[in-house]
Amino acid sequence: MNGRSEVTERYIGLYKENIEKITTSSSPYINSFREAAYERFRDMGIPTKKNEAYKYTNLNIFFDHDYKSYFMPVTSDFIKAEEFRCDVADLDTHGIVLLNGFYPTINEKLRQLPSGVWIGSLNAAAIKFPDLVKKHYGKYAKSDTDGLIDLNTAMASDGVFVYVPEGVALTKPVQVVNLVQSDEDMFSQHRNLIIVEKGAEFSIIICDHTLSPQKFLTNAVTEVFVGENAHFDLIRVQNEHNAACKVTHTFIHQEKNSVASSNNMTLHGGLIRNSTYHYLGGEGAECFSYGLFLTDKWQHVDNFVNVDHAFPKCTSNQLFKGVLDDMSTGAFNGRILVRPDAQGTLAYQKNNNILLTDDAKMDTKPQLEIFADDVKCSHGATIGQVDSDALFYLQSRGINKREARLMLMFGFAHEVIQNIKIEALRDRMDNLVMQRLKGELSRCASCMVKCG
Amino acid sequence: MVIHSIMEKDQDKILSDVTSGEYKYGFYSDIEMERIPKGLSEEVVRIISAKKNEPEWLLDFRLKAYKHWLTMKMPAWPNLRIPEINYNEIIFYAAPKARPVLNSIDDIDPELRKTFDKLGIPLNEQKHLAGVAVDAVIDSVSVKTTFKETLAEMGIIFCSFSDAVKEYPELVRRYMGSVVPYTDNFFASLNSAVFSDGSFCYIPKGVRCPMELSTYFRINSANTGQFERTLLIADEESYVSYLEGCTAPTRDENQLHAAIVEIIAEKNAEVKYSTVQNWYPGNKEGLGGIFNFVTKRGMCKGENSKISWTQIETGSAITWKYPSCILRGDNSTGEFYSVAVTNNYQQADTGTKMIHIGKNTKSTIVSKGISAGHGQNSYRGLVKVLKNASNARNFSQCDSLLLGDKCGAHTFPYLEVDNQTAIVEHEATTSKIGEDQIFYCNQRGISTEDAIGLIVNGYAREVINKLPMEFAVEAQKLLQISLEGSVG
Amino acid sequence: MLIINNLKASIGGKSILKGITLEVKPGEIHAIMGPNGSGKSTLAAVLAGREFVEVTEGSVTYLGKNLLDMSPEDRAKEGIFLGFQYPIEIPGVSMVNFMKTAVNEHRKHNGLDPLSASDFLKLMRDKKELVEIDSKLANRSVNEGFSGGEKKKNEIFQMAMLEPKLAILDETDSGLDIDALRVVANGVNKLKRPDNSFIVITHYQRLLDYIVPDVVHVLYDGRIVKTAGRELALELEEKGYDWIKKEVENNVLS
Repeated sequence: MNGRSEVTERYIGLYKENIEKITTSSSPYINSFREAAYERFRDMGIPTKKNEAYKYTNLNIFFDHDYKSYFMPVTSDFIKAEEFRCDVADLDTHGIVLLNGFYPTINEKLRQLPSGVWIGSLNAAAIKFPDLVKKHYGKYAKSDTDGLIDLNTAMASDGVFVYVPEGVALTKPVQVVNLVQSDEDMFSQHRNLIIVEKGAEFSIIICDHTLSPQKFLTNAVTEVFVGENAHFDLIRVQNEHNAACKVTHTFIHQEKNSVASSNNMTLHGGLIRNSTYHYLGGEGAECFSYGLFLTDKWQHVDNFVNVDHAFPKCTSNQLFKGVLDDMSTGAFNGRILVRPDAQGTLAYQKNNNILLTDDAKMDTKPQLEIFADDVKCSHGATIGQVDSDALFYLQSRGINKREARLMLMFGFAHEVIQNIKIEALRDRMDNLVMQRLKGELSRCASCMVKCG
Repeated sequence: MVIHSIMEKDQDKILSDVTSGEYKYGFYSDIEMERIPKGLSEEVVRIISAKKNEPEWLLDFRLKAYKHWLTMKMPAWPNLRIPEINYNEIIFYAAPKARPVLNSIDDIDPELRKTFDKLGIPLNEQKHLAGVAVDAVIDSVSVKTTFKETLAEMGIIFCSFSDAVKEYPELVRRYMGSVVPYTDNFFASLNSAVFSDGSFCYIPKGVRCPMELSTYFRINSANTGQFERTLLIADEESYVSYLEGCTAPTRDENQLHAAIVEIIAEKNAEVKYSTVQNWYPGNKEGLGGIFNFVTKRGMCKGENSKISWTQIETGSAITWKYPSCILRGDNSTGEFYSVAVTNNYQQADTGTKMIHIGKNTKSTIVSKGISAGHGQNSYRGLVKVLKNASNARNFSQCDSLLLGDKCGAHTFPYLEVDNQTAIVEHEATTSKIGEDQIFYCNQRGISTEDAIGLIVNGYAREVINKLPMEFAVEAQKLLQISLEGSVG
Repeated sequence: MLIINNLKASIGGKSILKGITLEVKPGEIHAIMGPNGSGKSTLAAVLAGREFVEVTEGSVTYLGKNLLDMSPEDRAKEGIFLGFQYPIEIPGVSMVNFMKTAVNEHRKHNGLDPLSASDFLKLMRDKKELVEIDSKLANRSVNEGFSGGEKKKNEIFQMAMLEPKLAILDETDSGLDIDALRVVANGVNKLKRPDNSFIVITHYQRLLDYIVPDVVHVLYDGRIVKTAGRELALELEEKGYDWIKKEVENNVLS
């Protein structure tokens, strides 16, 4: 016995069977990481609940399953991707679509926006911009405990590449729509690389959708470099069906005096795990990490956040909230690490959760690890119901209990939503959350799959 | 920790008295001891049991625990760096050679009595503070329990664990291992196999114990481990306040202390359990000191029962302990108040577990960590609300104070809630000691060292106030001493 | 308008109000004074319908109806307004949304159509001026990050928006500087009409320099121990509450 689990063996087999095919279609530099990553994955395996970072999430429900794996895009897929339109009104963006983890445009794998920004396929970028990719690819996505990151590095070929040159401020956000569609249950992995150079400003919206009712498993890694004095915002909108499992790992590396934010809006999905790693790698850097989820039925959402204060005088803020209905479950695992000599650190973390039924369950694990003394750090976590004092206050103004409760729940969620700087998207989120809370939005209405 | 009568007005004097940062209880007493050979085996377990003339069932319990322990591994999850412990280098039983029966105070070895006098624990009842009954445990055995007879008049049993096994076997058998089973964890299994003595206490129905009960633990011999066990049962409608204190000689080798405390609170009973832990912490370079690996747990078994833990942890090289409450009875209450200090190279991973099982159960956690020097201080806590625990309430406040830039303060709370009506709140803050506060004191003529003592005591006041008076004064003094030299 | 008869109430089994009898007529301003812990805020809480206060005896009739049977929101819609001693912060709920919901619930109750967005905003503007509230406050979450004075002004602003028949102001003056106090008092005076009434609960008589009461009651140990005109407030200011306590104790002894 090698001590590896059956489910890990499944993915080891997948690697062995397909590595040749994967290697042929992707760029040599990306290929150069694969073997070492595979070996690390082989040692660590698919995380189990024994792994402290996955204590409250059972991945086997989705990982221990026979999927068709998607390694090569086909032409018919490209047409579907072209047809997709985002339905958020007034949302003016530079759009990109990923289908099953690939950038599905045949002729224009990379395009340049008027401001000099490049967006497009990572695989294509690795050939066109070898120096840029060499400088950043695989540099930030590192973990000693999570084998899934290595599984991605070992097998992913494509994903989104964004390059924002020094000093460029892109006013319009880039919107990436991740679509999954297949006739069979499918496993896919993609890899994004976003480079925001010194003094640049950039925001990106990543939306996840499922287009067919099959069982889907996605394991995605995103690496982001935010240069000195640069600004970066990431908003993730997750709206997949209940048979879909999405695992995302986002690594945001920040240089001196940069500002970055990440906002995970999880509206729907079977099992969702978002790991967000903020590395404050220069003095005066500031980061914001937000998350909101609304779950029902058997859904499970797990937000894992790691904020690494490696340099002095950095600031971090975390705000994560969850509203849990039916028999859904949720988890939060937030860690603030203040390294020795990271003096002058300010780090805050808040996690609040509301349970709507007796069958819903929430586990939370906020953590502080502090090795410097000139710091101000705090965290707070609550699990409970809406605040009874606030409820009475609203009632005393003539608002009936049901309405008052709704207002409070909306206010609870809005505290996260209000941090979205793109107005059209913020309004849309407010709207969706309100409808969802009112029960006006049927459970499947926001889903693209009309599975009836 | 010393128990003696100190008036409130003496408080200031104590704070100013303390100028040397040395560990005051580091002396060694030359008492004639009986020791068994080093090492751990089934044979050793049998020897310990035989030495104590134990009944068959207790030997069985030990052997089962020992066999289970052999299958276990040392826990790796604490945020601690623990050197390899060689269990074959430890002496598992050491006892002062005593005369066969101790009928009066005069029967105690004079050297032993001197030791406790020096520690401020007079074993002579007349000399003693009226409000406290003491069970004195040295290395592996209890040497003297005071006020036994006075308490017996009210039906209160307060004696050594060994005596309890002989005199109240049915009580011991019923409750021992019911809160901390021998399979519970690595150190609990070890203790269950080799425990030597400890205190036993039973408060009968409807009795409010009129005095503080206390156990004083002293490690004296070299190379010995101390494995005591405390079992405290509060029957319906009863109340008891229990204190424990610990010290050990200064030695360059680490010594192991792995204890178990079990508390059972029946309907409407209340137990207050206070600890001032001042085991030898090692020297300034981190050499020596006690490894303090303790399993403490209370079961609020009956309705409206209450268990309150208060601990001041200033000693030990490494502390690993989580005094916990299982809130099984409806309307039961669990409390945990803690101050943990790590200075020099001390490490502590301590906190609590509050398991809400009954309805309307409440728990409060207040933890104050203080790190100085190269000390590493972790709070680790679990609040778990089970599905049927409606209207459970928890509030946790975990603060950390940092003195100096080489130490660390860490917080690892786990909140697991499976009931909609629960309200669980956790708050934590970490910050350094206020320079403006120190300056303010300096300006009023108070030295920086004294200022830190004052500020830290203020910071820990909420917890210290939960201690009985005599202990509170001691605790303040200890905080001051353990932080001496922490700011250069 | 309001008739309280032998009202007794307790919190968590502890008796707080021990038999209060009081009548407030339309157009009257009543001041309730008393030392800390005498039961003033508990009385306000009972009238507004807080659940943690348990009414054990007595009755409260408001406009001919049994007030104690009504939910807090129905009491509000029937015209009872409570100015909170400690206004609640509600993050994420904007003042505009909060007030709009409240105003329209009141209108619905009175058989009126909801206000249009522009009419509502106009109403907000008008009332804001009336109570001299900073217009920025309206765009923030309810009471969140407001200073003590702003919170109290916000209570008066809400009162102006909802036009209650009976307003109970629970220590609205506590923690206010002299300017804020003047604003609060002006707000009350501007809103006073012959058909509405106020119960002003206060510890100090300072507020009563600005809001002139018709009747002053002294509440002590859960009972009204003295009722008189506004001169009583001045007397209390001068002599404190000790003489009242002594008087009560003497009465008990004799």
